[in-house]
Amino acid sequence: MITRFLWQGMDRNLRLFVLLVLAVGIALPLLNQLTPPGSAFHVPAWLMQLMGKYLCYALLALAVDLVWGFCGILSLGHGAFFALGGYCMGMYLMRQIGSRGVYGNPLLPDFMVFLNYKELPWFWYGFNHFWFAMIMVVVVPSLLALALGWFAFRSRVTGVYLSIITQAMTFALMLAFFRNDMGLGGNNGMTDFKEILGFSVQADGTRAALYFASALALALGLIVSAAVVGSRFGKALTAVRDAESRMRFLGYRVEGYKLFVFVLSAAMAGIAGALYVPQVGIINPSEFSPANSIEAVLWVAVGGRGTLIGPVIGAFIVNFGKTWLTGALPEVWLFALGALFIVVTLLLPKGVVGLWGQIKARSQVRKARALA
Amino acid sequence: MRSTSALLYLSGVTVSFDGFKALNNLSLLVEPGEMRAIIGPNGAGKTTMMDVVTGKTRPDSGEVVFDGRADLTKLDEASIATLGIGRKFQKPTVFENHTVRDNLLLALAGLRKWHRLLLAQPTKAETDRLAEILAIIRMEERQHMLGARLSHGQKQWLEIGMLLAQDPKLLLVDEPVAGMTDVETETTAQVLREINRTHSVVVVEHDMSFVRALGVKVTVLHEGSMLAEGTLDQVSADQRVVEVYLGR
Repeated sequence: MITRFLWQGMDRNLRLFVLLVLAVGIALPLLNQLTPPGSAFHVPAWLMQLMGKYLCYALLALAVDLVWGFCGILSLGHGAFFALGGYCMGMYLMRQIGSRGVYGNPLLPDFMVFLNYKELPWFWYGFNHFWFAMIMVVVVPSLLALALGWFAFRSRVTGVYLSIITQAMTFALMLAFFRNDMGLGGNNGMTDFKEILGFSVQADGTRAALYFASALALALGLIVSAAVVGSRFGKALTAVRDAESRMRFLGYRVEGYKLFVFVLSAAMAGIAGALYVPQVGIINPSEFSPANSIEAVLWVAVGGRGTLIGPVIGAFIVNFGKTWLTGALPEVWLFALGALFIVVTLLLPKGVVGLWGQIKARSQVRKARALA
Repeated sequence: MRSTSALLYLSGVTVSFDGFKALNNLSLLVEPGEMRAIIGPNGAGKTTMMDVVTGKTRPDSGEVVFDGRADLTKLDEASIATLGIGRKFQKPTVFENHTVRDNLLLALAGLRKWHRLLLAQPTKAETDRLAEILAIIRMEERQHMLGARLSHGQKQWLEIGMLLAQDPKLLLVDEPVAGMTDVETETTAQVLREINRTHSVVVVEHDMSFVRALGVKVTVLHEGSMLAEGTLDQVSADQRVVEVYLGR
């Protein structure tokens, strides 16, 4: 039943795309590990790390699209779920440092010693276990989404008001995490990680494994999203997006639909954040900054809202542009971002993925005219 | 809560918006199997009455009882719809990004809970019922067409199909002939009479010739209360009704 559920949403294009993600996920680490540096086929570690980061962004974009593209909930706070997942991973990595920190305290991370903590705060218990941290990566963002969604959807907060609430949520969390007495590293966040599951986070082999894990997570995210969207639940979900009150008068309790997809999406964003942190080597409160969440929405808009492949492509395009422009012409990047938003809104309402359909429709019109 | 044999029972219902009384001590009875037309000038409270019955608006006071057992003032839209009250809006609202078939599937009575729908596969009974409805509304060939691509008239038909799929005990129809030609108006009256063979219907309408074509008991609303009730000829002869419609 589970396999049938997972296969029901997969059309041919998506199946190929998932295979492509997995192929890239396997090929890059292999080329990195098996070919000597200097060979034409060698993939340098920095490129793999960069691609790994993009894969995490792509998973975040997919999560945003699941609620925005398929349920019409424009969340401007998904960066918060991403950051919370990242913090859970960061707490695990901090506790793996042990006595190798600057202060050499076997139990307390450096920042706690610095701030005169006498003992580990209660919410750090358990994070020395990998399995516990991984459960928290999913549970913490999900619980926040559940609480926020439960109140918001029950009170029928929709549209721009809901967007503002999610934006306020991530802003409030950013301010909270900036405080030193939160016990989560304050404005410096957490960094200087040493090991994950006993492997050095700096080692090329570990990087290759993390990169592959990101590709795998994205592939699974695509499969699960496709299954949800392709089910009868998914039909009801898009109907809620298009005509919510009509669904109520048909007897659907739409809160349940929104809440499920919001929580699922938050969990996906949390997993993306957890995979992101060991690859970039740091997590700090700026990950909660509202601009991050808005950028994630932009990736979806560029790639194609309401499609599953679109957000992945959008995340890659925008972030390649960002990496390149912030290196080549740093002062131009924000203008380019603004221009991109205008271009997409005016010319590409369905994003890059929709461009294909637009071209096809236009050529059909031309053919029809030629015949007439 | 009063026990009553009426299908829909409204008693002393008052709704006010910022001091304006949209409904003022309104009482109304609809018997099982009946078709009732509700007329009245703009602002008489016709749409507010529908909102109260379907759970969109909560009355400040008064009783609203469905089927002699359910207190509608305590339930939300989804529960009321599940009890068997369907609503057709003035503007045809079908799901534009869904095919005709999926529109009907979503409306089909039965599964509504999100966790059941995740794994649900169409059953034989559902497939048969869909085929039946597609035949009734004559849209078998268009069943895979998107709602957005249907013409205005086709959307009306699809919406009627969705109501049939929902299979409500009571059907509330809001201004079904607004913007229709005379021929279409006549056809719609026929369709409603057909539906009335198996369902109770309440029609809100402005158009007098349409109400005449329905040939049913008429309730006249004015300023949120019932002004007159009877056949169309009776209420047209009522001096107060004439005053309300022609202005004092």
